[in-house]
Amino acid sequence: MSDCLHCGLPIPGKSSGGKEFCCAGCQAAYGMVQGLGLEKYYSQRCIDPDIRPMRPDEDETLFDFSSYVKTEDDGISSLHLMIEGMQCAACVWLIESVLARQAGVVHARINMTTRRLVLKWHPDKADISELVGLIGQLGYKAAPFDPLVLGEETRAYEKNLLISMAVAGFAAGNVMLFSVSVWAGYFQGMGPATRDLMHWLSALIALPAVAFSGVPFYRSAIIALKAGRTNMDVPVSIAVLLASGMSLFETVRGGEHVYFDSAITLLFFLLVGRYLDSRARGRARSMGEHLLALGARAITILDDNGIRHVVPPTKVAPGMRVLVSAGERISVDGRVVDGISDIDTQLINGESIPAVAKPEIDVFAGTMNITSPLIIRVTAVGEDTLLAEILRLMELAEEGRARYVAIADRVSALYAPVVHSLALIAFIIWWLVVGAPWQQALMISVAVLIITCPCALALAVPAVQVVASGRFLRRGMLLKSGTALERLAEVDYVVLDKTGTLTMGRPELSNRDDINNDDLELAAAMAAVSKHPLSRAITRVVGDGVTPIEGVQEVPGAGLLLKTDAGEIRLGRRDWCGVDDSVAAIGPELWLVRPDFSPICFAFVDRLRSDAAKVVNELQGMGLGVELLSGDRIETVAQIAKTLNIKNWNAGFTPTDKAARLTELAAEGRHVLMVGDGINDAPALAGAHVSLSPSSAADISQTAADIIYQGDKLAPVIEALEVARRADNLIKQNFALSFVYNASTIPLAMLGLVTPLIAAIAMSSSSLVVIGNSLRLGGLGSQSGERGKN
Amino acid sequence: MDILLYLIPVALLLGGVALAAFLWALKSGQFDDMEGSANRILFDDDDIQEKNTTNTNEDD
Repeated sequence: MSDCLHCGLPIPGKSSGGKEFCCAGCQAAYGMVQGLGLEKYYSQRCIDPDIRPMRPDEDETLFDFSSYVKTEDDGISSLHLMIEGMQCAACVWLIESVLARQAGVVHARINMTTRRLVLKWHPDKADISELVGLIGQLGYKAAPFDPLVLGEETRAYEKNLLISMAVAGFAAGNVMLFSVSVWAGYFQGMGPATRDLMHWLSALIALPAVAFSGVPFYRSAIIALKAGRTNMDVPVSIAVLLASGMSLFETVRGGEHVYFDSAITLLFFLLVGRYLDSRARGRARSMGEHLLALGARAITILDDNGIRHVVPPTKVAPGMRVLVSAGERISVDGRVVDGISDIDTQLINGESIPAVAKPEIDVFAGTMNITSPLIIRVTAVGEDTLLAEILRLMELAEEGRARYVAIADRVSALYAPVVHSLALIAFIIWWLVVGAPWQQALMISVAVLIITCPCALALAVPAVQVVASGRFLRRGMLLKSGTALERLAEVDYVVLDKTGTLTMGRPELSNRDDINNDDLELAAAMAAVSKHPLSRAITRVVGDGVTPIEGVQEVPGAGLLLKTDAGEIRLGRRDWCGVDDSVAAIGPELWLVRPDFSPICFAFVDRLRSDAAKVVNELQGMGLGVELLSGDRIETVAQIAKTLNIKNWNAGFTPTDKAARLTELAAEGRHVLMVGDGINDAPALAGAHVSLSPSSAADISQTAADIIYQGDKLAPVIEALEVARRADNLIKQNFALSFVYNASTIPLAMLGLVTPLIAAIAMSSSSLVVIGNSLRLGGLGSQSGERGKN
Repeated sequence: MDILLYLIPVALLLGGVALAAFLWALKSGQFDDMEGSANRILFDDDDIQEKNTTNTNEDD
């Protein structure tokens, strides 16, 4: 079987694109690339076999660009677009080059990290719809967005962290330079005047740096204190500020010991950890933004004269008539006025076989119109749609999860009071009991604060998380939430969705052996004209060499019809084909009826993912309870539960039922991991203790899930659990290590034996130990099928 | 020890220059797209660069 020259997918036997292309869209795209002299793209790109490439003909969506286009004073318009479907640098190059070669385009540049395109052009020389159309013709999807609304805040935060980090790094390096001189001076006999000069210089560099670079910590600490909580940033801020303040005091009075180096190095280490952590999650976040932007699809409405207008979703009101073309996603709730078609409702209710839509039938936002155009009278838009209702359920469920307290903050809630009271005790004892001057007593108590080293403690979690998200990313998993890893490690019960999660989410012919080749080929030849999932399943079985028959008509909601001299050949629903079979259908089926032959049944099943049984088995082997929740019919679910040996299952569940079941499980004290992909799963995903979604899932589910995984297998679920459990172990080890450090150094500090040199050594060595321990997670298990993922 | 009077300012100045250079690079957007920049050198698109030389640095 040969592959399409443009998109690299196998060419189906019947193709509108000739022998070398899978479809006419790819053929046109190839032509355009060749015509512009950019054919180098094909030799330089690298297609990831796991990610299904986009094809030019799919999902043509219209956008209302006018609200996104900005025109500057110099007459040049600009537009920000999200690009979907890019796989490597060659894709970036192709899109940029194609756009740059269009007349009127001034600037076309893609940010590969965020997958955003900035396009600038002369509005009188080029038409934006055409330019964006070109991107679609190449096989990518583009959606406009407002850069001010989307993600600017987090990007600014990240930039800010980077600046803070740079300043802290500069200051730490230079202060360390003077500190080393002072330490050397202890042994070689540096004069007090030189030492004081060194101290003053350190103060000059460290104080502004501490004031500037520490802001992210101070801010977070103040917010926590205002809310009556403590978090890790509270002890960090107190230690840094007290250390700097006391060192300044010591410098002024010409004292021997200052701790500027400890304060600024602590900040630098923590900023590095925080920046890496933020970067690791940035990828998942920008994907979420993508999904938001793609939701801004334009809608085609019909006015009273039957003229079409393309308008943004906000301008559609109930009572209007909306035209939904074949292959378009419906974005309003409404009732069909005209047209018969099949509607794919999988995202709403998990049903893998399309439902029939005809006049007087209600359709819902989020479903996909497959076979032919429909005209719908709008009954609800935006906030009032069933989709929005599901979204609200999801948000409600998410609130519960927001109350989860990260382990670091739980530890710091214990740690801070203990350390702070120890410091206070040291001060009181030295001042009142021993009778030392108060300056010396204060200095000892600050040394206690510094030596207890919130550094190792504050690094204990982020260091492991950075390594874990890196590992997840290499396996095609995206870790979206900071506490997901901790929550995942606590899981004791797994709830699985059926359609699209345990199964592939698409029907496959199941009785191939009962059908003779001639019949199959005839059916495939007829089915080749249709995009209905069952038709596609038949053509998939035949694969190469299907020649479509001329004159096949698609009867929406019924089947395919071919009129021949000998009579009508029908491939479709049982009742439409006039078959009167006493055997009830087990699953979805099609019948092939033709004159002089007995009717033939094509039965279909939604096949299980290849490793579903193994994964369920392993989950049970790990001592986890496994439950199956599905919106599908009882018989289908029962059968799958039996095959997979799952004892607890529930069928026919609505999104509300699913969410309610999750609440019930939580009330029983279980920590539930939910794996699901449909919009109907979204509330349950949000309500679970922690949740996973495949990357093929509905947009909303991906937003609700904590972790997103790629690929056709379920194995990432196991992998995620294993990594999380191991990470949890390492985090606890890290805490243990830093406590051991503290336990051995606190007595020294309280006895007043600590000098800045000892503090610096204790701090850096404990941090290094913690980081080294965290890195062990990266090495683990890299033997099993490591693959470089772009 | 007089040498310190020269060496300390020199050390600080050099460090400061490096810091300033980094902040400038950050501000001019050079850290916005690490992945893209690493890959861009693999494609020699002179003809397109010509067209765009005026505004290569102002990615949002």
